[in-house]
Amino acid sequence: MKRSLILAWALVAALPLTASAHKAWLLPSQTVLAGNDPWISVDAAVSNDLFYFNHVPLRLDNLVIIAPDGNQAEAQNGATGKYRSVFDLQLQQQGTYRLAIINSGLFANWQENGEPKRWRGTAANFASEVPANAEGLRVSESVGRIETFVTNGAPSDKALQPTGKGIELVPITHPNDLYAGETAQFRVLLDGKPAEGLEFEVVRGGTRYRDAQDELKVTSNAKGEISVTWPEPGMYWLETTSQDSQTSVPQAQQRRLSYVATLEVLPQ
Amino acid sequence: MLKPLSLVLSTWVIAGSVLGPTTARAEQLEIVVEIPQLDVAEYHRPYVALWIEGADQKTATNLAVWYQMRSTAEGHGTKWLPDLRQWWRKSGRTLEVPIDGVTGATRPAGKHELKFDAQQPHLADLKPGQYTLVIEAAREVGGRELLKIPFTWPAKTPQSGKAQGKTELGTVTLSIKP
Repeated sequence: MKRSLILAWALVAALPLTASAHKAWLLPSQTVLAGNDPWISVDAAVSNDLFYFNHVPLRLDNLVIIAPDGNQAEAQNGATGKYRSVFDLQLQQQGTYRLAIINSGLFANWQENGEPKRWRGTAANFASEVPANAEGLRVSESVGRIETFVTNGAPSDKALQPTGKGIELVPITHPNDLYAGETAQFRVLLDGKPAEGLEFEVVRGGTRYRDAQDELKVTSNAKGEISVTWPEPGMYWLETTSQDSQTSVPQAQQRRLSYVATLEVLPQ
Repeated sequence: MLKPLSLVLSTWVIAGSVLGPTTARAEQLEIVVEIPQLDVAEYHRPYVALWIEGADQKTATNLAVWYQMRSTAEGHGTKWLPDLRQWWRKSGRTLEVPIDGVTGATRPAGKHELKFDAQQPHLADLKPGQYTLVIEAAREVGGRELLKIPFTWPAKTPQSGKAQGKTELGTVTLSIKP
């Protein structure tokens, strides 16, 4: 069980750099809500096709939900099945919620008495759990965010404040105010600072029913901004990856960064 | 901010002095909305919103919003208000319903007449200019349709406009009497 967990985590962590990368995503049942007691149900999965759960589930261990007032909200009825995880969220406040699976940590492997060893953890327990003189030690660090946004009533911004860790999108256009034919703008941050030259892939869902991915490519400009003009309504998957050497322990040479957002674009 | 207001006032004063106080700002806006009879297995009355947009395409005033006001577990039908997509985006999502004189129950198929005079709160703050009457209808397990009729406010001579719906709305007419 533990081993499979580590493998699942490693799979997600390794996603961005593999050529045949699968896509990780959260899929909310809807993004614009109203009424006395609105709820959403959210699927979480990793797959090639958008948004079909047919490969592995995305685990909910690192799910963080920020409510409109900036505090954390709790998911309900969380479960992980063969192909997807699912959870519910009651939108008790008016405004925008930010739902994210944040996978950040260190991943190490080495040889011990001829046996391969694997470890994952955080910078805090690295020194105590990984032998200092481990043979053939290889350490990588990964900071990934897979997120989506939903709004009860009018859109608000408090939950969208950047955390300053890894890659994040700061809305210039609100992520729950997206309409076909319009251009949305976002500012891309890396550790809280505007990041130039990050390439984003943007793919609309429903890939099973067309012959091509029809992906859009946009790159952040000198101000760290990206612009996306939505060709048609739908649920869109947006991803970027990067790497640098800003690791939290010196043994790790490389930090892998990834960001995924699921955004709903409505018809006019 | 002050300039257009003083313009309104001076026009008002001139009109008043020439035509007498009783005819000042006596424009009347009359709208007839037709909800078509549909031959479908499961029919629900549509949600309908009527509002006026300025040249900037922002909502100048809401005239009417018809939705299911009967109490249900999920709310007084407010759960489905975002289905009036444009209305929701432009003003609905920032409003607290019900709104006096604006919101009301859904209406059956047929022609519905709405009358507003210039003194009513709906129109009282409408500055002179080019406007568009927008009518949006959305029906549960049905479709959605949006119609627009442009007009000038206030009307110096009688104005009329018409838009023909194809699915969720029938004929919508607008007439303004100065």
